[in-house]
Amino acid sequence: MNRAASSTRRPRTTPPAPASSFPYHPGSLLSVLDLTVDEVSHLLTRATELENEDPILRDHTLAKRRIALLFYESSTRTRTSFELACKALGADTTLVSSLSSSIEKGESLKDTGLTLRALGAEAIILRHNSSGAAWLLEESTRLPVINAGDGMHEHPTQALLDLRTILAHLRLGIPAVGPATLAGVTVCIVGDILHSRVARSNMLLLPRMGAQVLLCGPKELLPEQAARSGPGIEIERDFDRALARSQAVMMLRIQAERLAGQQLDLDEYKASYQLTGQRLAAHAPTAVVLHPGPIIRGMEITAGVADGIQSAILEQVTNGLAIRMAVMERALTADTGALTDTSPYVGWTGGDRA
Amino acid sequence: MTALAICGGRLVDPAAGVDVAKDILIRDGRVAEITGTGRLKNAEGAQVLDATGLIVAPGLIDIHVHLREPGQAYKETIATGTAAAAAGGFSSVAAMPNTNPVNDSPETTRWMQSPERGAQIRVFPIAAATRGSKGEMLNDYAALKSAGAVAVTDDGHPILKDGVMREALANAARVGLTVIQHAEDTKMTQGASMNLGPVSFKLGLRGMPPEAESSMVERDIRLVAELRESHPHLHVAHTSTAAALAAVRQARRNGLRVTCEVAPHHFLLTEEHVGLYNTHAKMNPPLRSAADRDAMIEGILDGVVDAIATDHAPHAMHEKEVEFELAPNGITGLETALGLCLRWLHGEWKMPLGRVLSLLSAQPAALLNMKGRGTLTVGSFGDVVVFDPKAEWIYRATESKSKAKNTPFDGWPMQGKVRWTVSEGKIAFAG
Repeated sequence: MNRAASSTRRPRTTPPAPASSFPYHPGSLLSVLDLTVDEVSHLLTRATELENEDPILRDHTLAKRRIALLFYESSTRTRTSFELACKALGADTTLVSSLSSSIEKGESLKDTGLTLRALGAEAIILRHNSSGAAWLLEESTRLPVINAGDGMHEHPTQALLDLRTILAHLRLGIPAVGPATLAGVTVCIVGDILHSRVARSNMLLLPRMGAQVLLCGPKELLPEQAARSGPGIEIERDFDRALARSQAVMMLRIQAERLAGQQLDLDEYKASYQLTGQRLAAHAPTAVVLHPGPIIRGMEITAGVADGIQSAILEQVTNGLAIRMAVMERALTADTGALTDTSPYVGWTGGDRA
Repeated sequence: MTALAICGGRLVDPAAGVDVAKDILIRDGRVAEITGTGRLKNAEGAQVLDATGLIVAPGLIDIHVHLREPGQAYKETIATGTAAAAAGGFSSVAAMPNTNPVNDSPETTRWMQSPERGAQIRVFPIAAATRGSKGEMLNDYAALKSAGAVAVTDDGHPILKDGVMREALANAARVGLTVIQHAEDTKMTQGASMNLGPVSFKLGLRGMPPEAESSMVERDIRLVAELRESHPHLHVAHTSTAAALAAVRQARRNGLRVTCEVAPHHFLLTEEHVGLYNTHAKMNPPLRSAADRDAMIEGILDGVVDAIATDHAPHAMHEKEVEFELAPNGITGLETALGLCLRWLHGEWKMPLGRVLSLLSAQPAALLNMKGRGTLTVGSFGDVVVFDPKAEWIYRATESKSKAKNTPFDGWPMQGKVRWTVSEGKIAFAG
């Protein structure tokens, strides 16, 4: 509008954005960005080792350690998988869900976390409907917190298990990963990107292993700014063209519960973005098909593709168990020597804390 | 009554075009004498404040604060809010009507100004534009004005209906009141908790588009133009987007009485300061893009911005220690405004001291027609801030005089330390 003024604008010093003090606890996993590539590699290695270990011996890994699962949203896969992973390592678990606890009476997330800590919880696995909830819980309790999905934000263990699934199909026999392991691989993520924490975690994780991420979906569910989330991310709105470039296809459910009044023509959506057998055969006959679940058959994916030979959907579930064992082992055995006690509520001068 | 002599300081009174060493004598709440340095050192019966090496300026005026009384005394009271204001150098504040009950009556307007509230400085109520701030029925502006209201607004609940806003502007113009609008098309900001952009996408938060602000400002300006004959005054609260500021600039070129204010956080911070869900960076309007922030700086420097106002919005600690989307909007600002303006506007961006002080006193006084304030000439109110322009210090929220500690500026370096704030001849703060 006022371009004349902007062209004469002198560059000015302005206050820099604050440095993050998260995560406090080295065992926490709040975002995939908390992990270095080496750490990802180590988690993948440990997942395989733990999976193959004698169950009786494995039971000693976290024997009698106490882990709380705090779930503000319904879940089948993630909750069961975390619970079984903890138990497979010998830990005791307790489940608190928002519908059968004092959360219903208005207890805050902070107080719920402090209560769990007072009861002896050594780590908390949190599923929450509000983006950023895991950061609040970690700040309040200073316990290792595992983000099992926060609102529309992140779902780091899902991205790790997706990585493990992709590796098993495209880089068979590679036990460890580095920054170029997935070089030349294109992963297409399709559908409701806007509301998807799975999409966000994957688009931040996969490019760090060298993969190219293609986002595909209509404008209402895939805003342009998504491409600016990090390196190695591109938008391709034409599904067929995106498929033709991809070696892995990740389908997402339309999150009706998060549409917030948005209107979407479902027939039109299906015509453009449903993964059908025909489409797959025509454009990506060898690609591996993923879906974080829950799948809505006949909506984003046909039953034939979900059950078909290219589908790795159930492998993903199985891989979740192995990944979560490794993540929980890390949570409770991390070196806490470097624990800091700073508040995130500090201004930009806080930069010298590091 | 007692007299107060402020001696040895450098008097900076932008409205009077004064920047020179002078002594000031305040008697019975008014400026009684301005004279050469040293003349008042032994003024008879007067308490003497030694302002050697200090700046003496008209007490600061914040035309956008939330004092939370009546109804939300757990967040702030008029007594604590004005104590914080005095500590920040303010001798007058204009208090927003989103209290409980909403200040939409002459009774509440008077209640807020009653001596029993324990205000440390002058409080000017801004009354609600519509009954209960519901945006439907207009209040009686003449009655509110005679009870002491200096403007009307439904701050926080923008007046969406064109007809109601047009009527509010016309009625307010008739009695000589300003209509202040929190410009936000709330139909575009459902469920949103920060600025819409790459950062909101990354954080998985719903975003408020800049157009939610600018489209409302443009609508309001259209209404002002339609009512041109009756000379309405529209004041745009806490402007945060380049597009809204451009609309104000254009309206002014067209000869309309449209003014605006900018808050320190909107010319210093961007959406990046939300960091990882810092609820102390959550306010409405939200922190915007770097381009919007830069436009605020330019607007202040080139003069289209009429005032700096803090939008001081205190909240209890437990209200901000929740999920980002659930946290209430707003941050405190009274104690940090001067220190930030001096450090950034004057120190970094080289705005002359007089112009900075004018944005914090003379201009806001003129906007809301606060007669005898915002300047220090003989006969005007004895509202004075005395500060050390060279002192550098660190702001600590825990030491705040406000009940609330919700500020993104905790730990920030400040320039210029307030030594005394004088309100109508009485020392309201001594540091």
